[in-house]
Amino acid sequence: MQKAAEDAMVAAVAADPRYIALVARRARLGWMLSAVIFFAFVAYLLLIAFDRALLGAPIGDGVTSVGIPVGLGLILLAIVLTGVYVAHANRHHDAQMAAILKDHGA
Amino acid sequence: MRAVLALLALIPAPAFAAALEGEAQRQPVNWVAIGMFVAFVGLTLWITKAAAARTRTASDFYTAGGGISGFQNGLAMAGDYMSAASFLGISAQIFNDGYDGLIYSTGFLVGWPILLFLMAERLRNLGRFTFADVASYRFAQPPVRSFAAVSTLLVVSFYLVAQMVGAGQLIKLLFGLPYGAAVGIVGGLMMLYVLFGGMRATTWVQIIKAVLLLGGASFMALMVMAQSGFSLEALFARAVEVKTQAALAGGAGAAEAAERGRSIMAPGNFIKDPVSAISFGLALMLGTAGLPHILMRFFTVPDAKEARKSVLWATGWIGYFYILTFIIGFGAIVLVGTQPAYLDGQGALRGGGNMAAIHLAHAIGGNAFLGFISAVAFATILAVVAGLTLSAASAVSHDLYATVLKRGEADSADELRVSRITTLALGAFAVLLGLLFEKQNVAFMVSLAFALAASGNFPVLILSLLWSGCTTRGAAWGGTIGLLTAFVLTLLSPAVWTATFGLGEAPFPYSSAAIFSVPAGFIAIWLISLVDRSPRAAVDRAGYAAQRVRAETGIGAFAASEH
Repeated sequence: MQKAAEDAMVAAVAADPRYIALVARRARLGWMLSAVIFFAFVAYLLLIAFDRALLGAPIGDGVTSVGIPVGLGLILLAIVLTGVYVAHANRHHDAQMAAILKDHGA
Repeated sequence: MRAVLALLALIPAPAFAAALEGEAQRQPVNWVAIGMFVAFVGLTLWITKAAAARTRTASDFYTAGGGISGFQNGLAMAGDYMSAASFLGISAQIFNDGYDGLIYSTGFLVGWPILLFLMAERLRNLGRFTFADVASYRFAQPPVRSFAAVSTLLVVSFYLVAQMVGAGQLIKLLFGLPYGAAVGIVGGLMMLYVLFGGMRATTWVQIIKAVLLLGGASFMALMVMAQSGFSLEALFARAVEVKTQAALAGGAGAAEAAERGRSIMAPGNFIKDPVSAISFGLALMLGTAGLPHILMRFFTVPDAKEARKSVLWATGWIGYFYILTFIIGFGAIVLVGTQPAYLDGQGALRGGGNMAAIHLAHAIGGNAFLGFISAVAFATILAVVAGLTLSAASAVSHDLYATVLKRGEADSADELRVSRITTLALGAFAVLLGLLFEKQNVAFMVSLAFALAASGNFPVLILSLLWSGCTTRGAAWGGTIGLLTAFVLTLLSPAVWTATFGLGEAPFPYSSAAIFSVPAGFIAIWLISLVDRSPRAAVDRAGYAAQRVRAETGIGAFAASEH
């Protein structure tokens, strides 16, 4: 594609309300999920710093402590959140973006 | 002090802190391990030869022609990230202190989702060969490229030296080879992969190594779980009992022994003050999204969709790997900690503190499996240094030579020649420093690499991608201020000031600089951009809208050459 034609297309896409709405939705999802993992980890660190007895407390009658499911849960949370984002992007964002770009001749 | 050392020791590369402190004793020559390692090297060199035949253009060299799938790239990213230290260091940490090892694991994983949510797709859409392509997209090229290249060289150099020293010590330990020979072999092989095979060979070395490491660790964890009837509770109960018995044997009273046994199920000495805790967490979390050799992997896939999938696979594999390591650590308490054959007179591990997983391999699979795990540990170091070297060579040839020096007019062959000369120089440099630092404790260098990446690269990338007000001057100078802050504070921290140079009490009391240097980077970029009234600043701000559309849609993205 010629540079000028490409620039014109970029400008047209940028002005498309569907594009603006889609990008806003995608950004919201990205920031929201980032905030979830960020604050979950910071909360975990603060819990370790200020109340390690809580994490060390056994669950029920066993020796397994509360901290085990919390720590492993954080690992699983990271995997699950990336999965949620990728599934959402593959299922919705890509198709919507492709439709918008198609209308502008990409 | 011990906690600080332990903390730094475990930051990815050389958890070999113990080894680095001179505890590594040379072991008898381990022929099984050497045989398996030779097989690995043979296979990867054969792949390098095949890749060399297909490496003609700069795009082949830097990004394997952009034809790597999301699944393959995810494995390769996991391979870049899972260092020998993650495996040996974290399992050893769990062997000694139990729960604390899990804290490191989570810290190393939580940066990946953030990298995906805020950067992955945009990186792929704007970039071509190096992350500087993205950081400098709408800016004047020379200042931002120069910043990115310097930052890459710094991050890579510290990471590389730490890996080399760790490699020498570890190989002395596992294979019974002399330190110098080990460092020479690592340096030489890494040069071969990068020189001849470029990104294609490096990627396949990573993939093979990742599969071997995940396979070996899965087998170990499976055997440990089988021993305890596939019950985590039974495994933990047995581990607590072992630690209690050990404390009793060490002369502790019954109550104190029980206390010490239970302590492995709770956070221990790892985190003393909240400032260090948060700072350390920030460096790991944000540094991951600023490591040049990880960022470079986003350009090996054909489009943003595959970039996204890469991160999902990488996060999945790395998370799975850390869960395995956790089981392996507890398995080592039960199966290694109870067998006098693996312990010296004082009840410490034979061969040094990082041998827990290695001894466990022997306990469950005999000499052959011990050899296999040792060979995998060696292969792991080799793969990680190859990835680091390639990203540094790219920064020199693509950012400094082709873009800054030749103003984008360099031809592909010249650019390739420069990257190969750089690779040779880096290989020699790495071997030399590896030899020079043999007796030094260099564990802080990896934490420094993460802090630099989090304080320089991460703020520059985020603000250039997401803030329209960011300018050339802001990115180049603000990023430099972030880097310098991290660098200076680390020099003044206990790990360097006191432990390495012996200068007495450290002026900066915390073990990680990130909690100060990351905001310093962000604020410097923001302030400098804000007051920037240069003509260039107007161009930079005006360029944001078009950059944003390209980043979000992939219009005009560099297509993969093989598709």
